Amino acid sequence: MQRYYIERTLQAIVTVVSVMSLAFFLIRLMPGNPADAYRAELIQNNPQLSQAEIDHRVERKLNVIPDAPLHEQYVNYVTGLLRGDLGESINEGVPVSEIIAEALPWTIFTMSIALLLSFAIGISLGALMAYKEGSSFDNGFSVLSILCNSIPNYVVGILLIWFLGHRFELFPTGGRHSTEMDRTVELLAPVETLAFLGDALWHAALLILSYAIVAAGGWALRMRGNSIQVLGEDYLRVARLRGLSERRIATRYVGRNAVLPLYTALLIAIGFALGGSVILEQVFTYPGVGYYMIEGLEARDYPLMMGVFLVMTVAVVIGVYVADLTYGLIDPRAQTRGGEH
Amino acid sequence: MSERTEPLHAIDGSDAFEAVSDRTLTRKERYRRLFDRWVLAPGRIVWSERRARVGAAIILLYVAVGLLGPRLYTEPRTNQGPRSLAPLAEGLAYPLGTDNLGRDILAQLIHATPSMLQMIMAGGLFVTVMGVTVGTVSGYAGGRTDRILSLLTDIVMTIPGLPLIVILAALLAPQNPIVTGLILTVNVWAGLAREIRSQVLSISRHSYVEASQAMGLSTPGIIVKDILPNIMPYVLITFVNAARQVIFASVGLYFLGVLPYDSVVNWGVMIDQSVSGGAMHVVSLAHWLIAPLATITLLSFGLILFSQGTDRMFNPRVRARHSSTTDSGDEPTDGDVATTGGGIR
Repeated sequence: MQRYYIERTLQAIVTVVSVMSLAFFLIRLMPGNPADAYRAELIQNNPQLSQAEIDHRVERKLNVIPDAPLHEQYVNYVTGLLRGDLGESINEGVPVSEIIAEALPWTIFTMSIALLLSFAIGISLGALMAYKEGSSFDNGFSVLSILCNSIPNYVVGILLIWFLGHRFELFPTGGRHSTEMDRTVELLAPVETLAFLGDALWHAALLILSYAIVAAGGWALRMRGNSIQVLGEDYLRVARLRGLSERRIATRYVGRNAVLPLYTALLIAIGFALGGSVILEQVFTYPGVGYYMIEGLEARDYPLMMGVFLVMTVAVVIGVYVADLTYGLIDPRAQTRGGEH
Repeated sequence: MSERTEPLHAIDGSDAFEAVSDRTLTRKERYRRLFDRWVLAPGRIVWSERRARVGAAIILLYVAVGLLGPRLYTEPRTNQGPRSLAPLAEGLAYPLGTDNLGRDILAQLIHATPSMLQMIMAGGLFVTVMGVTVGTVSGYAGGRTDRILSLLTDIVMTIPGLPLIVILAALLAPQNPIVTGLILTVNVWAGLAREIRSQVLSISRHSYVEASQAMGLSTPGIIVKDILPNIMPYVLITFVNAARQVIFASVGLYFLGVLPYDSVVNWGVMIDQSVSGGAMHVVSLAHWLIAPLATITLLSFGLILFSQGTDRMFNPRVRARHSSTTDSGDEPTDGDVATTGGGIR
């Protein structure tokens, strides 16, 4: 078991370093090399600058020392990243880590609410569908779940903006909060804090909804499949023969055993949620990390783009890592299987 | 049958045990058998299931439109009709109306289909070949090869797909639909490889594989004959997932303008142009936005139905349970298919 933990930890580290290497080679070896392009731009705009000064500026922005041998550039880049130095945004002129730190809470705020909402709706609906398997309720919601799950979430987002945002003007169509609202999150001012949170939620509502509608369909289908499988198990027959109440069977026996396998999927989904925000945040002009990734891309601001990408990857690595390490703790059945990976 | 009689002659020879019956099949018979096993039999299975049948019909409709449509229907051009025409306003001349530049919307939908199909085929084939190769080699070879390939698979699975695709699309700026298809599915093969590896591990313990080994069949021969047929369902489902990823990502990235589209017609380009053309604000332009949205949703719905139906057919565990619990024939599977949450991971 200990060996498994060590292996998983090593694997997580290897993954992070590999992705950093990938980022380096993408930035360094792709056509239209950003480091050279940026240096050319500097030389053109500031002809009076010395060569050393220009190299220094390029290094500060991109974490890449121009002219150094490739392996030196690589080591410099990766150690910089490991120290948390993501470079400096070319257009904004501030460290990329600052932009991300400012945007990240907003993405986490929306995505965590969306995920938990979809998970709660999905598993309740899935369990109900499994209990009424074969009924018209089950069939209707099965088709509905498949339909929800087969629409890209940005399409749902466009439809929601269109109708609830523009047509009926019930919700704002972009931004994090109203401009006149003060950003107050303090324990000493509960009224203002609540008002601010409510306003933020109101602005994020459509984004959350469009993610949740699509994801809930997926969770419902999986929960339904798991529950049906549990419902056919022998230990359930034994539980019925023992005369346990249906409610107890439904929660303790069926529900718990059907939800447990979804725990891993939920943790992994948390990790992937950051990356899933890229298109949605653009649709809603919601300045979270995904929004800045596309912004960086359109402005050819490579440090910003790569920084967001790396943060998103680290989130997935953490999600998968925590899922793998803790699954044995919450589901004792998996403990013997754990070492096989 | 010739394969029964031919080995009898071989017994007279010294290499009786080397005689392999298949060698005596004529080429035509062999092709027919291959066709039967890989196309006809799965086709019949798929057609016997309602969900899969609806899905297959939808997919075939898109394939037919993609193959024949551009030849039968005029190309969209600026000012080919009156501007911002509502659907059916001039009879069947512009069935879905026109956009704000007077381009026929149905023509745009139809002429966007071939490149979409090319993207899907390229992505699907790439994912299948990569996934099957890495998965079978990794599962069958074991040892260090397995460890290295598994690590690679795990790393690729961990990289968030959409951001990676965005970066690759921006850096490579692909114009060719086939290249675009490859980029959009760059991370999908890993899931298939992992699935196939574990399947190969469990299958290779079966006695018939052992028997093949004892008979001295080569490793590639065993993989093709004994192992590949068992993993076909996973291949099919992954192909469908790859197709959905291609659709979602290409439309999304064309919509955002991340993929370059100077001359490209794509459903995502249509969404982008209709949104910036004010389709959300002007009621008379609504059809311009609805048309591509509905097109994407229907294709994706068809793909999901198809993969769910086939999964149930191929998956004996689900089929057995299904036949013992209900007889309505209307039960989705464990949802292993629908794990992407409608988005791209």
